[in-house]
Amino acid sequence: MKVLVPVKRVVDYNVKIRVKADKSGVDVANVKMSMNPFDEIACEQAIRLKEAGVATEIVAVSAGEPKAQETLRTALAMGADRAILIESADELQPLAVAKLLAAVVRKEEPQLVVMGKQAIDDDSNQTGQMLAALLGWPQATFVSRLKIEGGKIEASREVDEGLETISLSLPAVVTADLRLNEPRYASLPNIMKAKKKPLDVIKPADLGVDVAPRLQYVQVEEPAARKAGVKVGSVQELVQKLKSEGGVLA
Amino acid sequence: MTVLVLAELDGGAVAKASLSAVAAAGKLGGDVDILVVGSGVDAAGAARVVGIRKVLVADAPHLAHPSAEDVAALLVALAPTYDHLVAASTSFGKNVMPRAAALLDIAQVSDVVEVLGPDRFKRYIYAGNALATVVSTDPKRVLTVRTTAFAPAAAEGGSAEVGKVEVPAASGLSAFVGQEVSKSERPELTSARIVVSGGRGMGSGENFKLLDALADQLGAAVGASRAAVDAGFVPNDYQVGQTGKIVAPDLYVAVGISGAIQHLAGMKDSKVIVAINKDEEAPMFQVADYGLVGDLFKIVPELTEELKRAKSS
Repeated sequence: MKVLVPVKRVVDYNVKIRVKADKSGVDVANVKMSMNPFDEIACEQAIRLKEAGVATEIVAVSAGEPKAQETLRTALAMGADRAILIESADELQPLAVAKLLAAVVRKEEPQLVVMGKQAIDDDSNQTGQMLAALLGWPQATFVSRLKIEGGKIEASREVDEGLETISLSLPAVVTADLRLNEPRYASLPNIMKAKKKPLDVIKPADLGVDVAPRLQYVQVEEPAARKAGVKVGSVQELVQKLKSEGGVLA
Repeated sequence: MTVLVLAELDGGAVAKASLSAVAAAGKLGGDVDILVVGSGVDAAGAARVVGIRKVLVADAPHLAHPSAEDVAALLVALAPTYDHLVAASTSFGKNVMPRAAALLDIAQVSDVVEVLGPDRFKRYIYAGNALATVVSTDPKRVLTVRTTAFAPAAAEGGSAEVGKVEVPAASGLSAFVGQEVSKSERPELTSARIVVSGGRGMGSGENFKLLDALADQLGAAVGASRAAVDAGFVPNDYQVGQTGKIVAPDLYVAVGISGAIQHLAGMKDSKVIVAINKDEEAPMFQVADYGLVGDLFKIVPELTEELKRAKSS
């Protein structure tokens, strides 16, 4: 079974981003970039499926600027077999990315797409669901446990109330939540090997997809900052302050 | 202009998160209808929600545990007469709405925190570190809304018309197998007035009992940071943060939580924040109204006792 793993290059989760002074966006020049953490989990899951003999080939896909090749090399170093970059200098929003991925799926014909539930830059939490919709495939989102057996998926999903288990037919889209696994670090020999693995670069036009943004981010501002409060010396002082100033304790 | 809110039911009543979605929908201008989905649906409670015109009931055996596939198909069938489709940013809404949006070829606006107009919204990006104003250029809009940003619509006092809608056949693509619901006597995390959360500093799941005792004293819900969930101390449904639950209680007590960006994203709109941490450099102190530096294993039991004493005196 072929597995497709879409990965996104994002500002590293440890970076405290800055809003540009002219409110036109977020300053991402010269900040550390990494693979979206949830995509790393998805990639790890695909590799585990291959190690378990369920998956036969893992294709990593990214969409965006040429530097996203670095992110794909990371996926290859972790254990993906080959990679595809859909290169575009344009802003790619979730619906456009879902359309690009759907076009790649139609070409590559994987049985399974595993991807992160959300990218930590735009926090949209849409692309996996949209891809499943465009393909007419079932979806299992926010997955923390995955079993594939006899052409069926059994997935446990992280829902607000706890855990929900569903079964899906294949082909399907699965989006990874935090507890699905702990991604491996790529070893140095694997990083070297990854440099020789195939990485194709194509354009949105090759896939016949219109990627024009439908949402205009007209302004990006710094959220209202919270002021640091006071340090209290004791539990008694804390309780007293909460009662008198805070007004939150009766 | 008309708005359709996909509502979730909690027993016979509309869930609080969906009441917030109704409130957000009301700000779009125009009539608001709500859609309730299930098998053997009791829509009487939904009809009493204030500010709605109609309750659409989608009742079918295969909707007992509604799948994203089936609910999205239903929304697509109903979409022609609506300008906006809205749901709360719950795990249900987040699962269903993008699927419906893609089928309608509409770019969804996720997790809206302010409605500026029918096509103009504010939402956070980068874990709450930037606030974006977004204009939708699509002919219709699909939105999910952050529930803590909209005071819920009144659940009682209205008398909306109730009507059944035709339900598309089951997709058969996925099936519900089972669920493990976290049982708790405490208030629900996202709607609790007080939340006590623990982080990596708790050291173990066993030590969360200290927070349980404190929460019982305060009538609070118990949450956790991603680090505590990662470490396996508590289940994921405790997680407060960018990719967990967003909370905004009157009082948030952060215990042994350093204050990573992604955790702050989930709780920094709380009215009053208390931080308890042995590391006085912890970033949590920069957003806390009241900070107490010290050993949580000493402070938390002391605080529980002090509250008990204050109550009985």
